[in-house]
Amino acid sequence: MESLSLNLALYSPEIILSITLGFVLIVHMISKSNLFTFLTALVGLVAAGGATLAIKSFSPQFFFAGQLSHDPFGLFFKLFFIIATFFTFLFSYRSYEIDEERGAEFYLLTLAVTVGMCTLVSSINLLTLYLSLELVSIVSYALAGFRKEHPASNEAAIKYLLYGAFASGTMLWGLSLLYGFTGSLNIYSINATLTAASLSPIALYSIVLMVLFGFGFKISSVPFHMWAPDVYHGAPTPTAAFFTVAPKAAGFAIFIRFFYTVFGNNSGLPDQWITLPHVDWAFLLSILSAATMTLGNLCALWQKNAKRMLAYSSIAHAGYMLMGFIVLSKEGLVSILFYLVVYFLMNFGAFFVVGLLANKTKSEEISHFKGLGWTSPWVAFSMAVFLFSLTGIPPFAGFIGKVYLFSALIQKEIYWLLVVAILNTVISLYYYMYIVREMYLEKPTSDSPLSLSPLHTLTLALLVIPIFIFGLYWGPLFTYISNSLQFIVTP
Amino acid sequence: MLNFITEHLLSWIVFLPVLGMAVILFLPKDKSNLIRWTSAFFTFLSLGASLYLGWAFNRDEAGLQFVEKLSWIPPFNIYYSVGCDGLSITMILLTTLLSFLCIFASWSIKNGVKGYFLMFLLLEAGMLGVFVSLDFFLFYVFWELMLLPMYFLIGIWGGPKKEYAAIKFFLYTLFGSVLMLIVMLSFYFYSEPHTFDLIELAKPGVLKIKDLNIFGIALSILDFKKVLFILLFIGFAIKVPIFPFHTWLPLAHVEAPTPVSVILAGVLLKMGAYGLLRISFPILPQETYWFSYALALLGLINIIYGAFCAMAQITLPQEKGGNDWKKLIAYSSINHMGYVLLGMAVFTTEGINGAVFQMFNHGLTTAMLFLLVGVIYDRVHHRKLDGFGGLGVQVPIYTGIVALASFASLGLPGLSSFISEALVFLGSFKVYPSITILATLGIVINAAFFLWALQKIFLGPLNTQYKDLAEVNARELFTLAPLSILIILFGVYPMPILNLMKASLDQLLTLLQAA
Repeated sequence: MESLSLNLALYSPEIILSITLGFVLIVHMISKSNLFTFLTALVGLVAAGGATLAIKSFSPQFFFAGQLSHDPFGLFFKLFFIIATFFTFLFSYRSYEIDEERGAEFYLLTLAVTVGMCTLVSSINLLTLYLSLELVSIVSYALAGFRKEHPASNEAAIKYLLYGAFASGTMLWGLSLLYGFTGSLNIYSINATLTAASLSPIALYSIVLMVLFGFGFKISSVPFHMWAPDVYHGAPTPTAAFFTVAPKAAGFAIFIRFFYTVFGNNSGLPDQWITLPHVDWAFLLSILSAATMTLGNLCALWQKNAKRMLAYSSIAHAGYMLMGFIVLSKEGLVSILFYLVVYFLMNFGAFFVVGLLANKTKSEEISHFKGLGWTSPWVAFSMAVFLFSLTGIPPFAGFIGKVYLFSALIQKEIYWLLVVAILNTVISLYYYMYIVREMYLEKPTSDSPLSLSPLHTLTLALLVIPIFIFGLYWGPLFTYISNSLQFIVTP
Repeated sequence: MLNFITEHLLSWIVFLPVLGMAVILFLPKDKSNLIRWTSAFFTFLSLGASLYLGWAFNRDEAGLQFVEKLSWIPPFNIYYSVGCDGLSITMILLTTLLSFLCIFASWSIKNGVKGYFLMFLLLEAGMLGVFVSLDFFLFYVFWELMLLPMYFLIGIWGGPKKEYAAIKFFLYTLFGSVLMLIVMLSFYFYSEPHTFDLIELAKPGVLKIKDLNIFGIALSILDFKKVLFILLFIGFAIKVPIFPFHTWLPLAHVEAPTPVSVILAGVLLKMGAYGLLRISFPILPQETYWFSYALALLGLINIIYGAFCAMAQITLPQEKGGNDWKKLIAYSSINHMGYVLLGMAVFTTEGINGAVFQMFNHGLTTAMLFLLVGVIYDRVHHRKLDGFGGLGVQVPIYTGIVALASFASLGLPGLSSFISEALVFLGSFKVYPSITILATLGIVINAAFFLWALQKIFLGPLNTQYKDLAEVNARELFTLAPLSILIILFGVYPMPILNLMKASLDQLLTLLQAA
């Protein structure tokens, strides 16, 4: 029975999140107060975060009969999701899109997604993987359609559902083929069988493509991105911010774990991988990466709605992050993780400002940003910082994130992709600057400043200040991430 | 205390404007004069510190002085490393002087005063940072840091087409910078041990470039180094600007408010040339040698093309984009930077000294001309060359100063630009006689359009519209006088500046001649 308690201990973040989920409902029923519900959710998240930090001391191992893996890689992402959820809640409180009396529903759904994501990143068994992925997806559909009265939100939900069902169906087919060929559900044994038996390249390629469908959908890479702009646009702004960050990070996490374990092998050199023979998915993905960033940026150029523009920009950023994925080295993976942290701050921040503005104007059109720099200097300043950081201009953290991604490419001498990436950086400047231009170069239409609650000011500061810190002194963060990159456990 | 200042002198020079920003941030928005005087105070401190630097600088030492090196990001081998030699000290002096004077030229900015001066001080810190950095990463950060305030300064306080001018400037320079970023990272990963230190990288044998194969196209080491050189060159060429990367310049100069034009022409254009001399030349000497003829040709194109474009401002009507005094000066900058390129391309003592001295002189004369255009624009709100006439009678002092600046700019003997242009030609004639002869044509056109412009504005019968035009006031005179004095002083006795830079440039030259 000792092993059961150990297993439960290792699973404690998810357990705490699930308990919080129940408590949120109960507190809401009893107190009928949004504030208490909100605080309950936050306390639960803090406890889960604490648990994640606490179980760090256990050595890396498999638990729950080889269904889940306890390793620094998983813990890093669990902490990431918990923090992202925390900020989503701060964002949603008093948002015009989340009704007071439906707050509990919102917390409940978002927490359920978080439980799913936390399980997803540590799963090493096809069944757990699929189940947790579905937990994330299905609850996300509901979240996207949260504003029942709003047509765009309904459209978002149904689109998300249709695309999602198709993607996960295809992926499930791929996974079942994998099981059929290898007779195992554990990703390590699948890899061993695939490496030993030389499968026909066509079969392997079809499996890779089918599985890629599912993961590509989650990280919104071209050509699986069609759903993203509509869903991010239609979903309530806090949810959209959450979607562009957390499930995308979860997608990347499991994408890395799955592909590097199943379809890749250690190349003999430390921290370098090679793809399985005959399946050069790294090259395939490098083309997808170039296509994703280019398409995302080119589409973003024409947008007049801030949320939609940020949606396309988040597609472009998925493309940037894929650059770290295809180099098959530890440097590449570290750069993805680093970029995810930075991307969380800046993208979430940009959505947050859009949300704050929408709370006043009830719309997310870019024209509403006119003159914001003169009426609400601090909000506009923060927005400018987020946008410059998204472009990748020093001294903001986004620049450092890009430098690491580019470095990974240069180390592997993949210069063509690098050239695509830098051209994209220049293109992206144009549309990010469009908002800056509206904020500072245009005269304000009304003189009334945005009213910010202290909570919102605090949230904004918590997002802006790290962008400066990580832009000027990112050494410790880099070391932490570098140490987190241990996901191959030798049982 | 004094020790603490002198040991970190360069950091003080760079970060005093930042300190000024911090102070201004806490001043109330409506106290315009307080904000102005605070910025004047901090830029003055920075100027004072740089003058002290110039005084304490050892003129016989070719290497770097006042070096400070602190570890910044250990896992990536990035250092906060600053220092100055003969090349950078002239630029530091120029930057601090022009920034200080521009604060007074900014007095006429009336709206958004606080934001304006915050941005201006940030710009000064960025520029100074570029000139003192010895670490490529630090250099890059400062280089980009400068773009942000520049965008806002042009975009918010600029002329009618300011939005377009600002974004065009930003896009062009960002494009150049990202090319530079590729080279920076390549240098880092190909050097053994990995380093961003510009001094280390320039040591022979540190940079180990490998063969490269892209999609079956093999690039040998030598070709690959040439590619890197070209990428870096484009990055800097956009800033200089070298034809055909110059199209952002006339627009940005014309739309920017006067003080910003002064900084753009006086300091920002020098950064490109400075970058070539500081980074491209020492780290890739063979490639520089390989490229030198092209560089000389590009210099010639800049000289001739810039001069003709400036001339077109006189001959073309306004509808065709002509007839603008400020644009004329902007194009003459392209012409003047051509001499700098020509001087750099020939690898002779006269040439390179002339080039760097020309950078300094161009900073003084063009700054003065832009200030003078600003003076008249503040009074009559247009810059049409045809729109004046006979002002010489009405505003004699102003006329005198404009004449001085124009003569300096066209290279009249006895004024500073003459010395630097003569040095450039002396140096280049030995190497490329035909190019040099063609380039002297530029001087002739230069003289033609400056004299023609003077004639149109100041001679002839007085345009009765301006019979009440006011003479330059004390504040404006205060910004113009130091520049006039320096132009005359260095025209007669250029040694103070030439002595500052000679040792370092000779060392650079030895390195290049070995290649």
